[in-house]
Amino acid sequence: MTRSIQLTSAIAIGAATLASAGAVSAQELNLYTSREPGLVEPLLEAFTEATGIEVNTVFLKDGLAERVEAEGEASPADVLMAVDVGKLADFVEKGLTQPVESEVLNAAVPENLRDPGNQWFALSTRARVVYAAKDLDLDAITYEDLADPKWKGKLCIRSGQHPYNTGLISAYIAHHGAEAAEEWLEGMKANLARKAGGGDRDGAKDILGGICDIAVANSYYVGRMRSGAGGEEQKEWGDAIKVILPTFEGGGTHVNISGAAVAKYAGNKDEAVQLLEYLVSDEAQKIYAEANFEHPVKPGAPVDPMVASFGELTVDSVPLTEIVTYRKEASELVDKVGFDN
Amino acid sequence: MIAGLVLLPVLALLWQAAQGSAGLWSHLAANVLPHAISQTVMLLAGVGVLVAVIGTSCAWLVTAYDFPGRRVLEWALLLPLAVPTYIVAYAYLDLLHPLGPVQGAIRAILGYDSPRDFRLPDIRSMAGAIFLLSFVLYPYVYLPTRAMFMTQAANLVEVSRALGTTRGQVFRRVALPLARPAIAVGVSLALMETLNDIGASEFLGVRSLTISIYTTWVTRSDLPGAAQISLAMLLLVVALVSLERWARRRQRYSTNAQRGRSFAPRVLSGRAGIAAFALGSLPVLLGFLIPALYLSIEAWRRFQFAGLSDVLLTEARNTFLLSAIATVAVLVCGVSIAYAARIFPRPGVLAAQRIATLGYAMPGTVLALGILIVVAGLDRQIAKLAENWLGLSTGLILIGSGVALGYAYLARFLAISVGSVEAGFSRIPRSYDQASRTLGHGVSGTLWQVHMPLSRGAMAAAGLLVFVDCMKELSATLLLRPLNFETLATHLYGEAARGTYEDAALAALAIVLVGLLPVILLARVGRGGPGS
Repeated sequence: MTRSIQLTSAIAIGAATLASAGAVSAQELNLYTSREPGLVEPLLEAFTEATGIEVNTVFLKDGLAERVEAEGEASPADVLMAVDVGKLADFVEKGLTQPVESEVLNAAVPENLRDPGNQWFALSTRARVVYAAKDLDLDAITYEDLADPKWKGKLCIRSGQHPYNTGLISAYIAHHGAEAAEEWLEGMKANLARKAGGGDRDGAKDILGGICDIAVANSYYVGRMRSGAGGEEQKEWGDAIKVILPTFEGGGTHVNISGAAVAKYAGNKDEAVQLLEYLVSDEAQKIYAEANFEHPVKPGAPVDPMVASFGELTVDSVPLTEIVTYRKEASELVDKVGFDN
Repeated sequence: MIAGLVLLPVLALLWQAAQGSAGLWSHLAANVLPHAISQTVMLLAGVGVLVAVIGTSCAWLVTAYDFPGRRVLEWALLLPLAVPTYIVAYAYLDLLHPLGPVQGAIRAILGYDSPRDFRLPDIRSMAGAIFLLSFVLYPYVYLPTRAMFMTQAANLVEVSRALGTTRGQVFRRVALPLARPAIAVGVSLALMETLNDIGASEFLGVRSLTISIYTTWVTRSDLPGAAQISLAMLLLVVALVSLERWARRRQRYSTNAQRGRSFAPRVLSGRAGIAAFALGSLPVLLGFLIPALYLSIEAWRRFQFAGLSDVLLTEARNTFLLSAIATVAVLVCGVSIAYAARIFPRPGVLAAQRIATLGYAMPGTVLALGILIVVAGLDRQIAKLAENWLGLSTGLILIGSGVALGYAYLARFLAISVGSVEAGFSRIPRSYDQASRTLGHGVSGTLWQVHMPLSRGAMAAAGLLVFVDCMKELSATLLLRPLNFETLATHLYGEAARGTYEDAALAALAIVLVGLLPVILLARVGRGGPGS
């Protein structure tokens, strides 16, 4: 490289550094999240208020792991936050995280909801439940029942490839094996009232619209719809259904988690750990429960009354770490039976 | 060199693909490809035919006929460009839902009480997808084709009229063949958009190849596998485009009387005029007015419910600035490439021209990943050098400053500007170049004095298409943007991902409004007619 180019790049780099230096002085941390901005913002604001640490965020839906991996040692990421246990497992597999030894986290997060090597910690849980039409004579159902021919033309569900559903199918494989899971998927497909697709809320909307009688969806959407935060219309959808907590035969209800990890090359590790610890505090768990209508991870933390009205949640016994191992197989089964076609 | 910029991310993907992915293809061949390919082919064929018919006939309608409302229609036909396909899909899903106004009205008229008693067929279908995508994407054909019709020398038309052909025959035998490059460019742009679309296909339940790539990558965490499918798809697209070029290899489209008058449109009045206006309004109604009206109502309801968020303004500014800067860069590069190919039509230059258009043929997410690998690698090197020489810690300059985003837009949309500019150049006779050079202009002087003024319309069209595409772009923006930087599209996506579409209505409407600016601008440029 010639001298002049060297000089120019030195000046350019210097200028860019100076330009960004102003923002670095205060205490801060950088959060990469695939959690929707609207959901984490109330929590981050409360954290900044409590600690004075500013949080810079970038919301990345898919490709969060790829971006951190590509950025390598230079990555500004301090905390990685994701919504599906599979994504958290990906972070660990790609070597993007570092273990965190924290009494606070260990005490607050039950062992089955964190990485055995303390690489990630769950922050909230959401149950995969069944919405049923209000006037339907149905009070209990198992996941296995969803394939029962009596539901022919009456079931609504989103794409089988969505992580919420591959998680559920993985749990089914863990309980009954891949062959049984394939049969179950075929049964469910035969029961579909419309193409698998849309979002979880569409399940409730389509029940009100008369398209289906039952729908598979996550628990927290009901809270959001019924609270009226999404407007009058959604309140109607939410009120048109009742929520049933399904179980596996001889097991419990399938839950997935949202969670977070400290990035391997975090420049603000202390602040990062502080954020994680804050998110499992009573205060933050309360925000999770109230603002997101999720089940808190911390044992004994209060559940929102509306969520409590769905009934007592018995979390399925198969550990999340085992469920993760069947993800790929589950996704391939969805293709194999042409669930989404 | 510009072509090299596009090639880099492709090479990065090749490298990814080479990491191997065990058992992928046997699974794909057995369970995925038969369905995905047939769905993709059906979707492409349907959209291709429909956009060609709608785009070309609308362009002919407003060029060859004069009727009340024509001047409005001329630019109004461009409006669907401002609306991203996924927004249109969402709007129609909601409008046509059993709980929506359409079915509600039908039930009221027919006397049914409950949606359980009467239901229209579901819009979540292949036919629904073809229909919706076509009414949003037809302007990609309309825009260049109209420019072509407008500049077709009056004497060609008049000669054929003098020889006794009817207006319909003029259209079929003269105008249509001459407009073929423009139609071809337009259709191929619309098809690439279709191929790239994830949002609308997902909403409408169409399992296209792009969705398979997405599933392989996201659900199965298999990036090498996804890269392999993308490259296979890319090969297919390149083969198709080459086939089209080969098919018209011997044809030349320049005439000798470029600056001739446009021919006089035939005046339609009375019923015929109204019919013409109604016919021309239909695409505007379906592709723009209905979804825009829906968005306005939703946004208004939301505004009353929750008020206006002040971040929206910042996001609109970010979106506008980013798109404007990227558009200028894409245009400059596009003109350079198209002009280089014209004056040095050597194999190397022509190959570079083909390569420059690769970025558009790839799914946006996948291209974004390729760019991520390239840019982040460069960023790490810069950071290391800065550390060693200056003892400074720079962080990630290229990603942090948004340069990575600009690069992504360039790689992604270069094809649009190269294609449109090239189509514009192709109508300028070679004799003009020779004359200009004989008169003492250099290569760049000829570009400034001759080519640029003569293809002003084509360039304005290219600029518009690139601008609105940048503004709507989502996958690369989502993946490559700096911390705390939101655009309207990423905001919209964040809300949609959370399922709170109602909050997104304002952002969606803002995208449409920002997108209208260049459409109006272009309508003003276009009104005088290119070259006038």
